Amino acid sequence: MKAGSNLEKILSSGGFAVTGELGPPKGADVSVIERKASLLKGNVDAINVTDNQTAIVRMSSIAVGAILQRMGLEATMQMVCRDRNRIAIQSDIFGAYGLGIRNILCLSGDHQKFGNHPTAKNVFDLDSIQLIQTVKLMRDEHKVLGGDEIEGVPAMFIGAAANPFADPFEFRVIRLAKKVAAGVDFIQTQCIYDMDKFERFMQMVRDRGLHEKVHILAGVTPLKSVGMARYMKEKVAGMEVPDEIIARMKGAGKEKSREEGLNICVEQIQRLHKIEGVHGIHLMAIEWEDAVHSIVERAGLLPRPQV
Amino acid sequence: MIIAEGKPIKEILAMIDAYDKIIVAGCKGCVTVCSAGGEKEVGILSSALRLARQTQGRSLEIKEVTLERQCDTEYLEPMREYADQYQAILSLACGAGIQFVAEKFRKHPVLPGVNTQFIGVTEEQGVWTERCQSCGNCVLDRTGGICPVARCSKSLFNGPCGGSKGGKCEIDPQVDCGWQLIYERLQELGQLEKLEIVLPVKDWSTSRDGGPRKRIREDLKI
Repeated sequence: MKAGSNLEKILSSGGFAVTGELGPPKGADVSVIERKASLLKGNVDAINVTDNQTAIVRMSSIAVGAILQRMGLEATMQMVCRDRNRIAIQSDIFGAYGLGIRNILCLSGDHQKFGNHPTAKNVFDLDSIQLIQTVKLMRDEHKVLGGDEIEGVPAMFIGAAANPFADPFEFRVIRLAKKVAAGVDFIQTQCIYDMDKFERFMQMVRDRGLHEKVHILAGVTPLKSVGMARYMKEKVAGMEVPDEIIARMKGAGKEKSREEGLNICVEQIQRLHKIEGVHGIHLMAIEWEDAVHSIVERAGLLPRPQV
Repeated sequence: MIIAEGKPIKEILAMIDAYDKIIVAGCKGCVTVCSAGGEKEVGILSSALRLARQTQGRSLEIKEVTLERQCDTEYLEPMREYADQYQAILSLACGAGIQFVAEKFRKHPVLPGVNTQFIGVTEEQGVWTERCQSCGNCVLDRTGGICPVARCSKSLFNGPCGGSKGGKCEIDPQVDCGWQLIYERLQELGQLEKLEIVLPVKDWSTSRDGGPRKRIREDLKI
């Protein structure tokens, strides 16, 4: 065991993991976290806590991660390179470990242009792959980047993201290989709607033998409406939504669109489960946490293993 | 070269509001080439300032001058002959030139007439784009001659990130993804294997992060 987290135990024992996601409040209201967490409890093995996603200021992922741990849930702290230099990053990793957090997801971070502070200065002292190297260095070699020995090792289970739908497509698996070479333990992918393309991506992953070196969790997000499907297709960079999905959402009509979104999601999970090298799903039910239980249940993934 | 653009005339008028005798000083270096602060721009700006002041019913005397360069002492010296007759100097040079004038003409308020933007190239007539962030530690040999610091919106060393789509950057469909450019260039060169190597954490101490920079060539000092 590298970190001994619940997520690591499930993945290393060959289990099919289910992770969820929680977006912190745009303020200091802890009840928002408690409400969302209660909907995820028992349905997922670990909960990603986003780090000021889309560059909108929210409660910090470390703080929310610590609150989840206190509630008896397991957090995966997301950490972006946009807002901190290597000094703050390493300091925050020590702090997060001290507060009980055992999983970290290393990300570059959305550009601040999208957020509510577009005039901010960004940092990007490290990139996501260098962040993976940094956490691994701290965990396995007991050193900080500057070379000093550390007092107490932050034994983190190291994750990163992969987007099979960004360009250039052929390079996506190479970039994944770089993350593996940097020392990542698990990968969570961007939301998948184009299953055929994801299957092609996974074939390339297997061709390189990467599926044996890293646990890949396939990202899924249930659609609420045809409008959301269209928005994802047209407005979100690096997201692909096939026309057949849009047609299904449209065909369901307004009243049944949520139900159809859940159906699509459950079907996807069942298909993903069969793909060699997919070791779990990362379920991002954005502002729809109450859908998580039924999705996971219908997908046949309950109860979650106790390890 | 260094690329700059003229400041809005309203901003300049506010800056010179307290003065009625100023020098508008252009530069024949970079800002001439990028049409921001050369002789032509000195003329156009001076006329516009006079006209604006006229409509306010106030006079404005302007000495129009365009120096060989403003980043070298010797080319600044000729301004001493007449500088005392004016209250302020509005420089249309880059930020380095403006500051050097301020250092050498200590009695004069020196004001910026341009915003200095970046180190770049003339991509086509009237279009300038950024190429270099002067990080002081060049990696172009490893990235197909395309700079990830200047061309990637996040200055990633191991891109492209998940926001690269159709060759464009997530921040703006008009902005090329720097890492897509690097990918294509290395593909053309048959060097795609270079992209498999994790580029290490960068030493930023050679960049501005190491404090104001200085270069000394002892053999050239007098």
